[in-house]
Amino acid sequence: MQGTRHQIANAPTPIHRVLLFLERSSARADVRKIVYSAALVFFLLIVITPAIAGIVVQLLTLPTLTLSHDVFERMQNAVGWSFIIGLTVSSLDVLAGIPLAWLIVRRRGHLTTILDSLADIPFVIPTVALGFSILEFWGSPTGISQIFGASGLFSPGTLLIMLLHFAFSFPVIVRVMVGEFLNYRETYEVAARTLGASAFTAVRTVTLPILRPGVLAGFLLALARSLSETGATIVVAGTFESGTVFIKNARDAGLSAAVVIASLILIAVSLVVFAAIKIIAPRFRVAPLKVWPNLERKLSNRNVVGVRNAGSLLVFLVFVLLPCLFIAFPAVEAVLAGILGEALAGIGPWDRFWSSMFLSYVVALLATFVNIVFGLPIAIMIARNRFGGRTTRIVDTLVDLPIIVPSLALGVSLSFFWGNMGALPEFWVLVLAHTTITYSYFVRAMAASIQGIALELEEAARTLGATPLRVFRKITLPLTKYSLLSGAILVFTRSIDETGATSAVSRALKTAPVLLVDWIRGTVQVTPEERALGVGFLVLTSFLALVALRLVALRKPKGRS
Amino acid sequence: MENGEYLCVLGPTGSGKTTLLRLIAGLLRPDEGAIYFDGKPVNRLEAHDRNAVYVPQQYALFPHLTVLQNVAFGPLARQKPEKEALDAAWKTLEMVRLSWRAKAYPNELSGGMQQRVALARGLASGADLLLLDEPLGALDARLRLDLRHKLRELVKQSGFTAIHVTHDRDEAMSVADRILVLRGGRIQDHGVPPRVYMRPSGIFVANLIGGANLLEGIVDKVTEEGSTARMRGGLMIRTPRAPLPTTEQPVILAIRKETVEISSRDIQRDNVLKGEVREIHFLGSFREYLIRLTNGDVIASRRFLEGMESEFKVGENVTAGFDCRDIIIFAYPRQGLRKELEIS
Repeated sequence: MQGTRHQIANAPTPIHRVLLFLERSSARADVRKIVYSAALVFFLLIVITPAIAGIVVQLLTLPTLTLSHDVFERMQNAVGWSFIIGLTVSSLDVLAGIPLAWLIVRRRGHLTTILDSLADIPFVIPTVALGFSILEFWGSPTGISQIFGASGLFSPGTLLIMLLHFAFSFPVIVRVMVGEFLNYRETYEVAARTLGASAFTAVRTVTLPILRPGVLAGFLLALARSLSETGATIVVAGTFESGTVFIKNARDAGLSAAVVIASLILIAVSLVVFAAIKIIAPRFRVAPLKVWPNLERKLSNRNVVGVRNAGSLLVFLVFVLLPCLFIAFPAVEAVLAGILGEALAGIGPWDRFWSSMFLSYVVALLATFVNIVFGLPIAIMIARNRFGGRTTRIVDTLVDLPIIVPSLALGVSLSFFWGNMGALPEFWVLVLAHTTITYSYFVRAMAASIQGIALELEEAARTLGATPLRVFRKITLPLTKYSLLSGAILVFTRSIDETGATSAVSRALKTAPVLLVDWIRGTVQVTPEERALGVGFLVLTSFLALVALRLVALRKPKGRS
Repeated sequence: MENGEYLCVLGPTGSGKTTLLRLIAGLLRPDEGAIYFDGKPVNRLEAHDRNAVYVPQQYALFPHLTVLQNVAFGPLARQKPEKEALDAAWKTLEMVRLSWRAKAYPNELSGGMQQRVALARGLASGADLLLLDEPLGALDARLRLDLRHKLRELVKQSGFTAIHVTHDRDEAMSVADRILVLRGGRIQDHGVPPRVYMRPSGIFVANLIGGANLLEGIVDKVTEEGSTARMRGGLMIRTPRAPLPTTEQPVILAIRKETVEISSRDIQRDNVLKGEVREIHFLGSFREYLIRLTNGDVIASRRFLEGMESEFKVGENVTAGFDCRDIIIFAYPRQGLRKELEIS
């Protein structure tokens, strides 16, 4: 208390007075309870319930639930393909991502540091832009096909969707695995090596089984992203339909029964799949002790490892990095074609484009803000078990819901709930939808980070006389600042990126990526140059926004490991 | 090193003990020099081909495997058939009396049990060199004493050669066949424990192992029967002849504390010095008296078998005596005594 008074005497600003008042209030158990309860109510009533209730109510009130035979068949195929694509791509991600993450962590050097940063590039590029880039790179005569003299190496369809999904979900696995490898105690592997296991055997029988929860989490994240992706998938799908593409098409065609049923099936099946993987996978053991000494010794051989490293680099380069960067070519070409002035002046389609961009960023900022304010108490609650074991466990599980359920299906439900029942203006429905679909990211990042702080630090501060809010401001927050910012960045970029939920809830309003989907598909008449430049602008702005946020985030306080 | 030998590597933190183990295990590559197993250089051999098991300080028991699977890991990795491997693992577990916990996971075991599992895993591995990195370091003081000899016994029973790294000199002396003292990556001394304790090769070792009194002086006279050294304030001490018989050379006299007798009367010793008791430290089996001599130097004496009350009181005037043969003479270190004794 002495310290606080001293500070106030020096600078008696209103802010200090408010802070002091808040700090004092935080010492009262009832005040704390109100804050946590408010956050919990927000989470349950505004984030989770509408995402489920909307579609259930709609299902009950729909005049007819029958689908024509061919619509039903289309739906069945589409949903099936979604899972085939998702599971295949995620498995390939794991296979290719683990060696690359390994390379980044274990071969510390300048090259791998660069590689580490390069692996993040797909995060910077909004998925719709990536879809356009992939379409141009693999599927148009101006891309890679030039080398092969073809008019397009792959035509739009399943294969192109897989290439797209691989490109954006691969970095997810690499990120997760790099984190896992960094936290891993290498002594396990060392012990295994001296017990006579070759390098490959040691990794297979010791390292990977220990890191299995991490691998699984990465796999599920990649799968969720794949199941959820809408805008870019539509761009590269051609006439082919995956689950999300089908829902979007059905919605455009006014088949509300099909939309509701398909969304419901998508939600149900993904919940079942995720639950199954989460429950069954930990029990499944691949005879970890079985050893194929000669084969694995050969695989540990320097040359074989070299080939493997080169292979994973090549995969990353050809299937992820190049298609991502390819976006620059058509955009630059468009600038050279001289339409930059027109675009910046907002003539023709550009008027609409700029208002969409503005809308995108306003919605993203609002969603981020709301998530920080209402997510922080939930993160603390999860990390510190504030409401007792059972409540915490339930909340902990529910927080993942918006990641697991495909965002388009969530959007469909939210749109029914807020549009019909809540009768909110479209703009606010959009903000709420983005809040829901990005909710998990901030809470997860923060909860993990708070959990990483030794409880003793907070306890020591309490016994030194600090009120709970003061402890949070002076101890917890400074130590988790980096995660707070990176969590916020995640929310922000996911919001800018989102097309599924957005196109489901909005009719008149269009965020930039949704508008660009229309441009690329040709539902809105624009020239190829305009299309390329529009995508270029989206990439550029999101890149600049990220760089700005990173600069803030990277100003780490000293004395922190 | 001999086959079947139990070697203790003793050294302060940062002296390169763990690095030495990792070099031998093949986890690090030496910048220069070679490592030989049975007379054959093994520099080019990978860790898994060296037959040297590294048992890390925190044991690194594989958390996803049961105790039995952990112990069977080595034989399986070395291509034993599964049944044979499990049998060997079981036998070793019985040896460390932990077969009843075979199905448990490492996190369900106490620290002492984990230590035994780690040892069993090493013993069952089919290797013949055991590299123990502070094997008892993570245990309670009491348990550490109990397990010391058990550890040595098990290693010997299984016919292993062991290198046991520790910074605890009592542990090193009581379990080792031979001790190797390491400092800043350099070998300071190497020999059987009594020799290293009684006749240390240098001031650093004398201080680290024996905790000996170190008195500064200058060689005064060198004769056939013995020499004398001149201490601060002109105090003379009779010393053995060897091994530095040049007059006027600055030296350090190392005198182990238990060889210094303390008395209130005159005593028959080669050297008898007057002084005053300044501090008394009670350490269970003995008391340590710090006596300030008339010239200001302080000498420590250990007395065993005293009663509840100390026989001498602080401030009491006493005589301290010790014989020539208990003095070891070292040349005064070039960089000064303090620097020489510095741990890191």
